[in-house]
Amino acid sequence: MILAITTPKPRRNVELVLLVLALAVGIGASAMVGLNSPAAFDGDFWFQSSLLIVAAFAFHMILRFRAKYADPIILPIVVALNGLGLALIHRMDQPGEDTGNNQLRWTLLAMAVSIVVIWFLKDHRLLRRFTFISLAASAVLLVLPIVPGISAGEVLGASVWIRIGPMTFQPGEIAKITLAIFFAGYLSSNRDLILLAGRKIGPMQLPRFKDLGPMITAWLVSIGILVFQRDLGTSILFFGLFIVIIYVATSRISWVVIGVILILGGGFLASRFFSHVAFRLDSWWNAFTPEVFDRSPGGSGQIVQGLFGMADGGLGGTGLGQGRPDLVPFANSDMIVALIGEELGLIGLFAVVMLYMLLFTRGFRAALGARDAFGKLLACGLSFAIALQCFVVIGGVTRLIPLTGLTTPFLAAGGSSLLANWIIVGLLLMISNTARGPVDTTPSTHAPTEAVQTS
Amino acid sequence: MNHSIRNSWMAAVAMFALLFGAISYVQVIGAGDLNDNPWNQRAVLANYCNDRGAIIVGGKPIAESVAGDETCKYQRSYAQPELYAGITGYFSRTYGSTGLEQQLRDELAGSSDQLFLDRVSQIFLGSQPKGASVELTLDPVIQKLAYDLIPDGQRGSIVVTNPKTGAIIAMVSKPSYNPNLIATHDPAKEKAGYDQINQVPGINLNQSVSGPTGELLAPGSVFKLVDTAAALSSGKYNKDSVLPNPDSLPLPGSSASLPNYAGGNCSTRNTADFPFALEQSCNTPFASIALDLGQQAIADQASKFGFGQDFGDQLKLQSAVSIFPKNLDQAALAQSAVGQRDVRATPLQIAMMTAAIANKGVQMKPNLIKTVRAPDLRVISEPKAEALRTSTSPDIASQITQWMTDVVSKGIASGAAVPGVQVAGKTGTAQLGDSGLNNSWFTGFAPADDPQVAVTIVMEGVDVSTGAKLTSPNAKKIFEAVLNK
Repeated sequence: MILAITTPKPRRNVELVLLVLALAVGIGASAMVGLNSPAAFDGDFWFQSSLLIVAAFAFHMILRFRAKYADPIILPIVVALNGLGLALIHRMDQPGEDTGNNQLRWTLLAMAVSIVVIWFLKDHRLLRRFTFISLAASAVLLVLPIVPGISAGEVLGASVWIRIGPMTFQPGEIAKITLAIFFAGYLSSNRDLILLAGRKIGPMQLPRFKDLGPMITAWLVSIGILVFQRDLGTSILFFGLFIVIIYVATSRISWVVIGVILILGGGFLASRFFSHVAFRLDSWWNAFTPEVFDRSPGGSGQIVQGLFGMADGGLGGTGLGQGRPDLVPFANSDMIVALIGEELGLIGLFAVVMLYMLLFTRGFRAALGARDAFGKLLACGLSFAIALQCFVVIGGVTRLIPLTGLTTPFLAAGGSSLLANWIIVGLLLMISNTARGPVDTTPSTHAPTEAVQTS
Repeated sequence: MNHSIRNSWMAAVAMFALLFGAISYVQVIGAGDLNDNPWNQRAVLANYCNDRGAIIVGGKPIAESVAGDETCKYQRSYAQPELYAGITGYFSRTYGSTGLEQQLRDELAGSSDQLFLDRVSQIFLGSQPKGASVELTLDPVIQKLAYDLIPDGQRGSIVVTNPKTGAIIAMVSKPSYNPNLIATHDPAKEKAGYDQINQVPGINLNQSVSGPTGELLAPGSVFKLVDTAAALSSGKYNKDSVLPNPDSLPLPGSSASLPNYAGGNCSTRNTADFPFALEQSCNTPFASIALDLGQQAIADQASKFGFGQDFGDQLKLQSAVSIFPKNLDQAALAQSAVGQRDVRATPLQIAMMTAAIANKGVQMKPNLIKTVRAPDLRVISEPKAEALRTSTSPDIASQITQWMTDVVSKGIASGAAVPGVQVAGKTGTAQLGDSGLNNSWFTGFAPADDPQVAVTIVMEGVDVSTGAKLTSPNAKKIFEAVLNK
């Protein structure tokens, strides 16, 4: 691959223009919500809008200083999604509820943390040093929710929350990042070993049993999350993250085949032994059967109500603030996609899905451009995680696949998810910065530079 | 490594392609079924929470959507609810809707075809759907007068129409109810309101129709107008025919007999001509006509007046179909000919019969709708007067009219006489079993030579003297009120 023949361009001004458009989306949505509610353009609207504008431009300025070659499209996409999410959550707020402002606080915090990451990390390759620390951190984060005293108990059937004072937090969201760092770090170091050993059966190169270790570990972790935390979505996400990183590291489709077999096997066993998994499958397949519809808990009422909302929205939507998403349980979090489908219609939902597609595509672009295997694996894993998470959530809401509880990145109400996803954005921006920037000819002092396979 | 990165990206894109497909399926292909799903409350709630069009009488709304509570932006509200309940019906989330609220639901909700362009513009402007408003032909003054003429606690109905156009000027019945009680969005209040209304004797909200269009009552002697028309159109009888008038007619094939009304003047003559028989409302002459002509002739004439038929497409109210029974033996035919036994008519049916006589034998479609206007006040429909069916010939109609004026000027409906105006009328008293109570009827029109108004009154379950007080004299008040306008 030939890189950096032309002089790299920062394209920060492009980002600035796109950022203005992105803010127009979020604030425009907020204005429409305001128009359709009794308190049009109250103090909240101006306050929230100005904070979002200040935060977005601050982020932009940091990129100018610290990562001036970063991909100019990522930040505007994320600001548009986050702004739209703020408007939608604000729209669902009942009198006395403050989810909208809470989401804004989390947005500002998440953007600040992301800025801090960009400011202090300087180079993503530093993270490779923390490969095994990341593994340890992941383990701790994943175990926290079932530790007595700190656990927030079982919330809506899943034990994925911890309680810190008045706040609840989902450590699994952060574990998504630390696990990606571990997988990327481990596999960028050990892929030669995994690649070259192993028996060949027909066209398939099978890995050695001892090399299957990491995969078995990832599988067990995923099953463990499923069993102990009853969190199907996160379990699928982690496993998918691992499979894509090992596939990219080794370029061996056999890993994907084994991975898919393992996940299908695990899913089959889970559906036989765990009632919550069986219920999910049943409410997916038999959603329109009266007993399943009315069953509580584990009924299909939520998904069916979401489908009704989306159907009502049709092509053009009912208009922001004009639908009845209050009929859909968790319309501002798990089911926010149904809310978009209802009030913004197929057109609006397509636009949002398209934004996600652009976002993960830019992430993969950063992976392609990255000059180190670790950066490639990390960018690829994180981008694929975003895509997979969107697929699981939107596929669940549209009844393409069974509904599992995962947040829609940047849109859904939830602080931990915002924080984690903004950190991911920070990492992607950093990787894209090194990918798009001029080649650093000084020897790295942090890590040995690797030969990059240019297959 | 870049090759597998591209493959991973393609896998992600493939997942998203599936998502685009799934979204399209839900929002376009499957949307129709989902919207029609009986579990889907959206359509119901949209209906119940949207800004529906108003129902207007005399320029003022009698049903309109006003600002609602937090569960619904709009709330249906009825002005003078009891006065118009029989027309508007109710509009309830739990109990559905009746009356014009149901029959005009597409217009009022703004979903009728004529409002298609308005809906398209609403999509782009994002505004709430707003329905068409419907102005009725009712006259609020006459409606109120008619309603007040039925004493509280009395069951009864009054129908006032314009026989030339079919326009309904007033249509009331008691007991009535307050539809606001079940138009609330609070389920507990709604239930309480429903129970409260259903406790009133004579009201059953579960019935699809009631009141002037729905109650099937024995018409008694007003049915003699059918016999008269049948007799004249048969060719066997004319204005000079002399009819047998025994005090009592033995019913063929039974030991019973059909008596004339004992209190009147019928017993003074053994034979009668049409004017006398109608004026005094003697039974036996009409029974003998029926026995002579046979049941088919009577049934055909009844059908031409509207028995067993519908009321056309302009009434926009559900209505019951009046009955002249089939397969009668001779005894039953004789009793049916005087509006007893199993003959059943709605108050509106009797009003329609009278209006046909008034309008030279042509029955006009009864019509409640003056105009339907889009939210921008553009008229989207304005029903014209239309003939429904020909009930009898103009000659026969004018002959019967002449005899009916005699009934008022010389006969037992003299209470309906209006000074200076020729009033045509006919009374009826239908016995209710052996209770001694009757359904007391008056039906007539004025002026006889140029009918402007037809009035039909029925008071249910009254004794003879109460019935006499509540029918003809009340008809007079309505005639005067309409003609003096």
